[in-house]
Order: sequence, then C-alpha cells, then structure tokens
Amino acid sequence: MTVRVGDLDLDARRLPAPLPAWHAMVDDATWRALAVVVSADGGRLVSLWSSDSRPGGLAVHAALATAHGLLWAELALDERATYPDLSSTFPCAGRMQRAAADLCGVQAAGASDQRPWLDHGVWSESWPLRNPPARHREPRDETGDYPFVRVEGDGVHEIPVGPVHAGIIEPGHFRFSIVGEKVLRLEERLGYAHKGIERRFTELTPLQAHRLAGRVSGDSTVANAWAYCMALESALGLEVPARAQWLRALMLERERVANHLGDLGALGNDAALAFGLAQFSRLREDWQRESREAFGHRLMMDAVAPGGVTHDLGTAAVVRLHKQCDALAAELATLRAIYDEHAGLQDRFIGTGRVSPELARALGLTGLAGRASGQPHDLRHDHPWPPYDRLAVRVATSLHGDVAARVAVRFDEARESLRLMRELLTALPAGAIRVDLPTPTGSGRGAGWIEGWRGEVLVALQLRDGAIARCHCHDPSWQNWPLLEHAVIGNIVPDFPLINKSFNLSYSGQDL
Amino acid sequence: MFKLVRQIARAGICTEAPPSVEGVDVQPSTIHDEILAILGQALAIREVDAGSCNGCELEIHALNNPYYNIEGRGIKFVASPRHADLLLVTGPVSRNMALALRRTYDATPAPKLVVAVGDCGCSGGIFGESYASCGRVSNVIPVDVAVPGCPPPPLEILRGILAAVRQRHGVSARPDASGVRTHAA
Repeated sequence: MTVRVGDLDLDARRLPAPLPAWHAMVDDATWRALAVVVSADGGRLVSLWSSDSRPGGLAVHAALATAHGLLWAELALDERATYPDLSSTFPCAGRMQRAAADLCGVQAAGASDQRPWLDHGVWSESWPLRNPPARHREPRDETGDYPFVRVEGDGVHEIPVGPVHAGIIEPGHFRFSIVGEKVLRLEERLGYAHKGIERRFTELTPLQAHRLAGRVSGDSTVANAWAYCMALESALGLEVPARAQWLRALMLERERVANHLGDLGALGNDAALAFGLAQFSRLREDWQRESREAFGHRLMMDAVAPGGVTHDLGTAAVVRLHKQCDALAAELATLRAIYDEHAGLQDRFIGTGRVSPELARALGLTGLAGRASGQPHDLRHDHPWPPYDRLAVRVATSLHGDVAARVAVRFDEARESLRLMRELLTALPAGAIRVDLPTPTGSGRGAGWIEGWRGEVLVALQLRDGAIARCHCHDPSWQNWPLLEHAVIGNIVPDFPLINKSFNLSYSGQDL
Repeated sequence: MFKLVRQIARAGICTEAPPSVEGVDVQPSTIHDEILAILGQALAIREVDAGSCNGCELEIHALNNPYYNIEGRGIKFVASPRHADLLLVTGPVSRNMALALRRTYDATPAPKLVVAVGDCGCSGGIFGESYASCGRVSNVIPVDVAVPGCPPPPLEILRGILAAVRQRHGVSARPDASGVRTHAA
C-alpha cells in the first residue's frame, strides 16, 4: 500500500503489530528525503542499524517515528557499502552510524565523525555482522588510542574516568576537560560492554531468543523481552491472549516503578541525603520480593515469553499486589513531601544539569529524560496498544529539564504506574496466559515497540527460513548519552554523578 | 525535618538475619570475627562490571539496602581497587574490558580475593565466548569463588563473598571441573 509521509509517497507494507508499523524498501534519494520530511514534521529517528543477512545482502535500516506510527525504511547497499548520512538531519544518528560501520563495514558518506565506536581494536574479527562471516584478525592486547577532542587554553586540564568507575556502575569512559571545578566539555567513549549480542541472536532459535533480549539491559528486561516477543508474534502474524497482554503490562509497570524507586534513592544519596537511599532501597527490596512471589523472579526475567507469559496470578496474588500498590502510593507521597521540602536537596537538584526543551528537540532527547525537557512522547499514550488502549495513560512532563525535573517526572510516573496497575488488577480478563507458537519455518519481518521505563525500546526482527537472520535491539540510551555531554557543560565536576544518575542510561543496552 | 525523623521512626529497622554459609548458620558476630581474623579490618570490596547486562549490578545494589545491613557486618564497597581486599566481578568479560579487568586485578593488594558473580561470570552465560566476549571471569583473572544465578539474589552474593573469606581462612574448598571453587546455592 502507499503511505504518504509529508510530500513523499512510499510503497510500504503494514506489519501486523499491536502498534502501527510499516516497512518500506527505499533508494538513496528517498532515504535522505524521508529523514528530512519526518524531521520537519516533528518526527524522530528511533534507531539506525545495518544488516547483512545473506551473501551480498548488505543493507542499512532506519526506524522513524511519525505521528501515524513507526516507519521502518530499508536501503539495500551495493558493494560500495556507503549510504547517505542522516546525522546532519538527526544528530543522534551519528553514533549509530559509527556502530554500523564497526559491525558491518558500511559507511555513512559525508558524516562528520567517522571514528570507530564499538570496535576498540581488540576483537578477534572485524565487521562481525558481515555475511559470509567476518575476516579473522589478530586481536591486539591493548585497546587502540582514541582521538578525543582536545580543549586547549590556559588552565584547562583533563580528567579521565573509567572504564572501571568508582561506584557499582557499568563500564564506560568519560573524558572531562575542565578549568578549576567547571566542566568545559565532556566526551564519552562507550562500547566497553559490547559482548556480541546481535550476532548471538542469529545463533539462537526464535523461540529461545527472548531470553537474550531480556538480557540486553537487565534493568529493562521486561521491556526488551516484550518488544522481542511482540516482534516475533508480529512476524508470525499471531496474537496473544488478552490476559497475557494485561499481565505483560502489569510487569512493565512494575519494572518502571522498581527503577524509579532505585533512582530516586540514589539521587538522594548523590546529593548527600543517605536517608533517601535507605528508604527507597527498602521499598525497592519489598517490591522486588513481591515480583519474585508473583512472577517467579526478582527482576521478572524470562516471565515474558513468546506467546504470552509464564506466570499466572491467583486471586490471593491479585489482592496482595493491589495492597502493595496502595501502600507504596502512600509511602511515595510521604517521601516526595520530604524531598520537596528539603532545602539542601533542592539546592543540589534545581538548575543542575539542565537540557532546555529547544536543545532536547534539536538533538532528539527521548524517553523519561525527554519528557523532563518538554518532549511529551510516550508510546503508551501516543499509540496505545492493548491493554493501554483501555487505560488513558497520563504523560508526566516538565519544561525545566534539570535534575529536579527528572526527579519530579519519576515521582509522577511512579504514581501514574501505580494507578495503572490498580486498574489492570481490577479488570484483569480471564482466560489463557499463553498460546503455543508454532516453530517458525518461513521468512518475515516483525517489529516490537515498547515504552520501557527509560524510553522507547525497539526490536526489529528478520526471520529467514525459520531462523533469526537479524535481530536489532534498540535502547533509548543511544539518543540520550550525547545529551548528557551537553547537560554537564558549565556544571561543576562533583555534580556529574548526580546529573549522570538523573539520566541513568544503559551502557549494556547501547553497547550490545 | 520532623517528617524525615518521623519516617525513620515509622519505617523502623528492617535488617534480617545473615544467611547460612555452606549449611552453617552464621551469626553477625561470627562474620565480624572471621573478617577481623583474616584482614584485621573491615572487608573492602571493589565491584567491577566487566561486561554484564547490569542485572547483577541491580542485585549488588540491593545487597547494600537496609535488609542486608552489610556495612553493619563489616563489609563495604570502595571506590578504588587499591583500597580493596576483594574484587566482585560481573559479566562475561567483554574483550573491550579484558585489559581494564587485568589492570584492576594487578592494582589490588593482597589478599586479592576474587568473586565472580552471575551465570555469565561463572560460564559466560547466554552470551558465551565470541569475537567480543572472553566468557567466564576465570578466563581472564584467577577466581576464588563463583556465584551462579541470573542474577543471583543478594543473599547468594553475600554467601559467595563470605565463602571466599572463609576459604582463605583455611576452610577447605571443593574445586569444580573448571578449577574454580564454585559456591553452590
């Protein structure tokens, strides 16, 4: 069918997915033009990735969010392996294009930054996602020198931090250029957690790969597993029972609340209010223990599976979860009042690490951090899929864009999630929790698009002859990491941990 | 301030009893004594994420919550390997992290205990070994105790830490096929 985007007519195929999604093959000119019209229309780039799913089958893909839904554009490449750059239209494309170059050896022609991103020079192969398999190379022992952008001038010096950090955090390197205490520039170097997830997908069968998707980023295991299952079910043209959809949503909201509790405590702690960490981590522990009780795992790993969910809720569990939501709502109200009235805490939060709505819009800040900077996107509201179509999700936003705003949005979202969960529990439909999926035999495409706690998660799946030819998992951290570099400019070095935590981005989710 | 104090009083103390180690119940005072006998001071742990999915980090964070009260038992997490007695390592070791992990190990003074956390740390887990992953932690640095689980809950991680300390204290260990002394849950 023909889909009209701005003044472009595209020959696109609707993917059978709970959220509106289309797939279209495009040429070089349309690839560029599409990005321009989507951007002009207020749309965003969700993800960009490369594939080489059969010999001679090099391609780049872009997933674009438009007002009407997701548009998955695929550009087949010839042996030149170059394609038109999108980073001049969507700045967040820059690092994704660099990753595509490292994994498949495809270059964005004319991109201003062509430095390697994931490949630090120590892999045993180059272009590991090429087909036929990549070229072996002798792994070096030392990671190569990385050309950081230098800031020069009187009194400027650098602080290198990581990849092993001072706290219990994932690995990554931060290079600060500072004068006195003031940050002039931060440059991130990531990729340390790259462990070959995307190639590993092609070694698993479609019916077991949800476990890998659930380990792309442990804090978003429900979101990723659901997105993967949605993509697989969409590729197979199957629907899951209503009760399974509702239980998935219940778990997704539980995951959102668990992460918000953890972050709210850590943010208090990073501003020297240890009370906050003690209180919120106690609440989070109660929450995780109940997740174990109700869904079999403290983080609910592997509870979302192809065809439905693995754990049903009995009447007693429904009552228990309902009570827990009521109790937590009261605790949150108390703690929020304490946070709001604590002068020392607010002094650290307000005005710190600010990203203005204009900058957020221009650079594509997304998810929770985006909503705290006036970008009101939330898939649960914009494209409500079952059961969110029955819930009228209220989107929490702020225009301030500072640490205080990201704290406030977390409080608001946690309260809203508790409301949603109580509605879900009250009207939980009866019936099966899982259908058996047939072992896939054919080829096809599916997309899974989920609003995780950090922002929108996308899984783009290509099946060929019943096997996974390519599975790309996108974490919203890709969009938000570059904005962290902007958020810290002009702040003092000791506020960096606070600002960083207020974004709480995934390393593993972007490194893959 | 009044609300804050009232909340502390209302929440009360939620600390729970410590876990049994190798089938033996451990009293808080025993943990204290054992750590003191070996180290003469609190046990200092440096956590190193060598490529995990961050699930193990969430449970290590949970280990620091009031239910487990590890600081009250003489165990604390520190910011530098130079201050650490024990490295708590998660993840399949990504090739991009192998050098940093070896350097962290080299920078750690004696007794240089190492506990590998999670199925990935024990065996490479679902990620296995590949162009980008070295697999289990013991492929890169020597490991004293490996704690399976995906992720292991906080008590299992604490058991693994205590088992590593006890082993150095002279309690015999049972090496498994890989030569790593696995602490079974």
